Amino acid sequence: MSLLTVTDLKKFFPTHTQKLVKVPGDPIRAVDGLSFSLDAGETLGLVGESGCGKSTAGRTILRLLEPTAGRIEFNGRDVTKSKGEELRRLRREAQMVFQDPYGSLNPRHPVGSIIAAPFDIQGVKPEGGVKAAVQGLMERVGLNPEHYNRYPHEFSGGQRQRIGVARAIALKPKLIVCDEPVSALDVSIQAQVINLLEDIQAEQNLAYVFIAHDLSVVRHISDRVMVMYLGKVMEVADRHTLYESPMHPYTQALLSAVPVPEPRRGRERILLKGDLPSPQNPPSGCVFRTRCFKATERCASEVPVATELAPGHIVACHYPEVRTVL
Amino acid sequence: MSPATASKAFLEVDNLSVHFPTDDGLVRAVDGVSFTLEKGRTLGIVGESGSGKSVTSLAIMGLHRGTRAKLTGHIRLDGQDLTELTDEELRQLRGNKMAMIFQDPLSAMHPYYTIGQQLVEAIQVHSSESKKAARTSVVEMLGRVGIPNPNKRVDQYPHEFSGGMRQRAMIAMALINNPELLIADEPTTALDVTVQAQILDLMRGLQREFGSAIIMITHDLGVVAEIADQVLVMYGGKCVEYGTVDDSFHRPDHPYTWGLLTSMPRLDRVKQERLVPVVGNPPSLINVPPGCAFHPRCAFRALASQPCDSVVPELAESYFGHLSRCHIPVAQRAETFASDIAPKL
Repeated sequence: MSLLTVTDLKKFFPTHTQKLVKVPGDPIRAVDGLSFSLDAGETLGLVGESGCGKSTAGRTILRLLEPTAGRIEFNGRDVTKSKGEELRRLRREAQMVFQDPYGSLNPRHPVGSIIAAPFDIQGVKPEGGVKAAVQGLMERVGLNPEHYNRYPHEFSGGQRQRIGVARAIALKPKLIVCDEPVSALDVSIQAQVINLLEDIQAEQNLAYVFIAHDLSVVRHISDRVMVMYLGKVMEVADRHTLYESPMHPYTQALLSAVPVPEPRRGRERILLKGDLPSPQNPPSGCVFRTRCFKATERCASEVPVATELAPGHIVACHYPEVRTVL
Repeated sequence: MSPATASKAFLEVDNLSVHFPTDDGLVRAVDGVSFTLEKGRTLGIVGESGSGKSVTSLAIMGLHRGTRAKLTGHIRLDGQDLTELTDEELRQLRGNKMAMIFQDPLSAMHPYYTIGQQLVEAIQVHSSESKKAARTSVVEMLGRVGIPNPNKRVDQYPHEFSGGMRQRAMIAMALINNPELLIADEPTTALDVTVQAQILDLMRGLQREFGSAIIMITHDLGVVAEIADQVLVMYGGKCVEYGTVDDSFHRPDHPYTWGLLTSMPRLDRVKQERLVPVVGNPPSLINVPPGCAFHPRCAFRALASQPCDSVVPELAESYFGHLSRCHIPVAQRAETFASDIAPKL
């Protein structure tokens, strides 16, 4: 049985124009019909350009945002509408690591109390006392436990991200949603945090939803990868299939655009025209058609259905075709 | 200029140091960096935050003038020593003969003026062109950098542009006077890969057309591999490795460069081995470690022929046309790279 099952999840943000009276406008369709499942100990990479709804999806799964429609099942329970004690229980088992290691730590609290906060909130009394537990966590993530009383500003970016990881694993959750956990860090530090996340996953059989725009990092850490565009899933596959034989034109364009540290490789590049359309007025039919090099009239009228074309390889395109771009 | 240093290089940075006196001590942001750049070529400057790469570029543009920064060394552009010019003489060059693309166009552009007003100003500062003629050139340039509907876009404000479009407008502003030297400080870091690919293509195309020299400052080795002809790796304010792009990626011979290459997950890497990060953190520029600044993080310091923690290694030629700053004997570095590093790439 899967740990997390998300079915047709939608998150719309209402808009309005102010003219004498508020006139409701078209909602922003940040996440528009997302379905996937995740097993214990598995890592699902969520990629796409900024504005594709990947962060909104991550936050909605954890109920940090209220879903507009759809169903979220966690560990066999329907948590779509959980409240109070039930929601608190979800938070104990599903945690988050945020992108910004500066903004996600309270600058007025010492690190010890930041990492201890989950114990306080959940009323958990760890064996050997809170202080020993916090120091154990600090040691686990590679921080000096003696720095218990220091404040976030005394730590570097990489160390602050370690504090965020320590806080997330304090209650031994089953799932962590990592929202761009390494994109604010320098290359050499990035690798340290990636290795830490991998080690902790192996120790505790954690599942990750790993949200990132860096396709190289996602390939390294994920078991399966889901590509999103304008709130919709374009393609899902295990990481090797997705990178070696992608079938969706958007995935192919995305992969071909990533620079590879190999001078003069002279790769073929699929250049996409223009920018992401507004999620308030998504194009009719296939949302990607305005930038797609394969688009035809059919794409404008008919929404492509996500179809499993090979075991575990789901593609939402009228003209799927394997094309190797790496 | 003394005859001994007269050379044909278009840009010559000679022993440049930028130090900032602060209450906590002297910050040696850039410490004795030298390089040359020809027209039509691209130099990639790579390093982590605080390695001095942005300060180097600001120094070339003369943007440290009027601050407490202490600048020594020489910067020669087309034979003219920029460090000896008056503020007014330098202002004539800036935005004209040399221009800069900043990382964050939202803060580098004025929010109260339209894109058109800001680009027209960039022209009129340097020429006596009429407003109308300048506007025509602006619309043309916006079209050239791939902004759709330039006639309409020219009257919009920066906030009405998307990130990629804003970066294009910045590039248009930098290119409007056909600069011979273009410095791009992390121009694509904030952008999505698809937009990044468009911008890099655009810069390459414009370089071919105008023959400008480009300095590309970035932490992304992929971007460097794609666009640069030469690579300069900075660490703790110093240049630790300097050579052609092929040598720097295929025969790197500084342990820090090795660390950067092995710590980076690669899109084209099929074997999913564990990443090998560089241990520890980048140094504080107030307390740069004595000797080789990289020695506390260096995994290979045991191989060194001299004490890394007290003697500063010199930047020396390790093989033809390739400079690096390390105490480990050259032959041993080549051996270590072949046996320990290359298999992990």
